[in-house]
Amino acid sequence: MTGEREYSAPGDEIETRKPVTVSRYRGITRLNHWVTAFTMIGLILSGMALFHPSLYFLTGLFGGGPTTRWLHPLMGILLVLSFLLLFLQMWRLNLPRREDAEWLANIKEVVKGEEENLPELGKYNAGQKFVFWGMSGLIVVMIVTGVMIWEQYFPGLVSIPVRRVAVAVHALAAVAAVLIFIVHVYAAIWTRGTIRAMTRGTVTGGWAYRHHRKWLRELAGRRKADPAE
Amino acid sequence: MTTERAPQPTTAMANPPVQPLASNLLPGDVVRASAMRDLPAPERQLTKVAKLIDVSRCIGCKACQSACIEWNDTHPEVEENVGVYENPHDLTPDMFTLMRFTEYENPETNEFEWLIRKDGCMHCEDPGCLTACPAPGAIVQYSNGIVDFISDNCIGCGYCVAGCPFNIPRIHKTAHVSKKCTLCSDRVAVGQGPACAKACPTQAIVFGTKDEMIAHAEMRIEDLKERGYENAGLYDPQGVGGTHVMYVLHHADKPSLYADLPDDPKISAVVKGWKGAAKDVGLAAMGLAAVGAMAHGALARANEVSAHDDAEAQEMVAHAAGRLTVEEEAARPPEGAP
Ligand code: HEM
Ligand code: SF4
Ligand code: SF4
Ligand code: SF4
Repeated sequence: MTGEREYSAPGDEIETRKPVTVSRYRGITRLNHWVTAFTMIGLILSGMALFHPSLYFLTGLFGGGPTTRWLHPLMGILLVLSFLLLFLQMWRLNLPRREDAEWLANIKEVVKGEEENLPELGKYNAGQKFVFWGMSGLIVVMIVTGVMIWEQYFPGLVSIPVRRVAVAVHALAAVAAVLIFIVHVYAAIWTRGTIRAMTRGTVTGGWAYRHHRKWLRELAGRRKADPAE
Repeated sequence: MTTERAPQPTTAMANPPVQPLASNLLPGDVVRASAMRDLPAPERQLTKVAKLIDVSRCIGCKACQSACIEWNDTHPEVEENVGVYENPHDLTPDMFTLMRFTEYENPETNEFEWLIRKDGCMHCEDPGCLTACPAPGAIVQYSNGIVDFISDNCIGCGYCVAGCPFNIPRIHKTAHVSKKCTLCSDRVAVGQGPACAKACPTQAIVFGTKDEMIAHAEMRIEDLKERGYENAGLYDPQGVGGTHVMYVLHHADKPSLYADLPDDPKISAVVKGWKGAAKDVGLAAMGLAAVGAMAHGALARANEVSAHDDAEAQEMVAHAAGRLTVEEEAARPPEGAP
């Protein structure tokens, strides 16, 4: 093993040199991500069925209203556990850094796709960090309020006035989570070459150079990890 | 099967008609249903009914509770006597009505008063339970004012519990549906008054059209005032549009004396916000974001990696590799090896 990692996570490495490909997520992390993603989609669909009368038909996907009612919180628990594992793997590289402010100040260039004049970044940019922390916070809010309104197992946990606030906050947090979810998926598609990081686990050297240059530089400077790492 | 419809009941006192009659509470009499915004206009307007509970006449015998259990065929658990008169300890999914006992020392007269209130669904004109419920048709209101829970449509989520200003609905632990007093809608449908009203030995519970019940209450209030209860009055809270279960109270200025009967019940502003504009605004925001993202994705230029980026990456990696010693370079696995 060679040197401290500042911008990269264990398992990140240059995989091939000609052409350059860089491994970004290990298999276990990708599995973890997709479990989280599909649970989240299930939660959004089942939650939205109860959120608005015009979406109640979505309960049909889960086998009816009562099934949706009991399944939703169970998926919620699964999501929290799965997300927690992701969180533990990713939180350090999502801590804000000085260059994030400059990146944000030039967000216009980012949207135009002209990243040439932006600061070099580590594994995540400020947008990705916003998605990460936003989701983390909202999931905490949703598990706390979700348990408070969980009739089947915690019927009298909180007083009725508190319960009213909890269900309203849960719904608001869910709307915010859906918006972040859309941003997340959109960004992954718009920034071409990103999806493969979560499917195959690797990105091209050009992608890494363009979007996460400090990360690439650190990996390039490291020797291939020895098996002990 | 007879096709003659039962008359609308105007009292609980009369004995029911003996000939078989068809139900007179029809799907077309539903004026409001949970999570269903565009109901067809009702075919007719039934006379508004109400149950009037004269607290000053109640002797706390619980005949109404027994009648309710019997008529609705519920099976409340036998509980332990913990030294209070309430039995069971609270409203439950199997106990739709409960006598609540309050011991009150009137500071003005220094007299001890035993206040007994028959608790249960108030059948609000503007029902918070119905507002909160997410399941289409799980809660309905008929044009005679009765608010009814339709268990076949109920999903047991408990939102009605949060919506109700009177703390009435209870979710059944095994059936997972919400339960409460039906105002004996199944009796009213065939021309009979509520079972509890019929069973009451002192006629503290009476039933009829809402107008008649208000008139009846006025008589009772006058009587109470003559007997020195100058604050006697009718409890028909306007914050929920009035109710179809009303009380005559000796202390109508302080409803909360009666086991915390709300002084000014209203659907909570939180519930109204959550169930009102917030839903449509939230849905619109999510819809716009999704559609906007798709449109932008289809029309706007994507952020593509350029050949220049690839070349620079190649250069960066090769350059870094160049810093390795000759021996290290020789020991490296061949290109493309896993
Ligand atoms: C990302 C995660 C989640 C999303 C997007 C989400 C979304 C929603 C939405 C939109 C509703 C309907 C709110 C309304 O009717 O206005 C809801 C209800 C509910 N949520 Fe969640 N939620 C999530 C996580 C959780 C978690 C972690 C729990 C934990 C226990 C939970 C428990 C509940 C419960 C108990 C309800 C009431 C309906 C039911 O019993 O199924 N939710 N959720
Ligand atoms: S539990 Fe209450 S709010 Fe939920 S579906 Fe049943 S009646 Fe409606
Ligand atoms: S008292 Fe509660 S349960 Fe009864 S109609 Fe009013 S809001 Fe609904
Ligand atoms: S009206 Fe019927 S359901 Fe309601 S308390 Fe009386 S007997 Fe029970």
